[in-house]
Amino acid sequence: MEIKWYIFLSIALFSIGVVGALTRRNSIIVFMCIELMLNSVNLLLVAFSKMHISTGGPAAFGAINAQIFVFFIMIVAAAEVSVGLAIIVMMYRNTKSIDINFLNRLKN
Amino acid sequence: MATTQFLFWFLSVLAILAAIGVVATKNPIYGVLWLIVVFFCISGFYVLMNAQFLAIVNLIVYAGAIMVLFTFVVMFINLNEHPEIPKNIYVKAAGLIAGLCLMIVLIGALSTSAENNTKLAIGTTAGLIKSLGNVLFSEYVVPFEISSVLFLSAMIGAVIIGKREKEQAV
Repeated sequence: MEIKWYIFLSIALFSIGVVGALTRRNSIIVFMCIELMLNSVNLLLVAFSKMHISTGGPAAFGAINAQIFVFFIMIVAAAEVSVGLAIIVMMYRNTKSIDINFLNRLKN
Repeated sequence: MATTQFLFWFLSVLAILAAIGVVATKNPIYGVLWLIVVFFCISGFYVLMNAQFLAIVNLIVYAGAIMVLFTFVVMFINLNEHPEIPKNIYVKAAGLIAGLCLMIVLIGALSTSAENNTKLAIGTTAGLIKSLGNVLFSEYVVPFEISSVLFLSAMIGAVIIGKREKEQAV
């Protein structure tokens, strides 16, 4: 496969995530759209790492680091999800709703 | 058509349809299920690119752990009492147009790149567990250990945030 199809696929997934984060009001779905964007970027990183390994040259030497970065992005995403879902649960407990429009005030 | 090409097109169509399903669904539990389909597709892409370690980690961490967490929260929160108030149609249209503009601009900017037609070789060994583990535990051992501290702090933070506060007179 050429690299451009992976680029276009990642762009499409990222844009779908952006549309979801902009148009939905349910905070869980907004959060899932953010996860979708993170995953599309991961896919692009792995595709570029694979591209540099395929072409050889000086860039191929460090190309494996991209896959390590993807691993660390996954680690940070896991930590972020646990804290974010705790915030959503706390928000539901305080406002009895998970609509993001109720988040426009930080107090009460 | 070669097998890898067929698999690529099949997985990409499935991934985009499932991603649209995540955005368009009314019920968050269906959104979680569609998102699991997206993660399986992305793991399939990792296998196609011979990054087996990341494919397995993606399945375990995302489709396994994170999605279970999402499902628990969706089940914990009773959504039927408070259905989602529909957003203003203009705001929805503006979001859709903004996302489409982003997609068009990115594709337009990147489709004329010189390296676009670089083919991805089949059968490189860089993504296997052995080579990744060598790099991870030699060059990146300190960030790896720091990530454990990150997990500990995230765990403590989640417990403190999620702890039920004592009833206080308001």
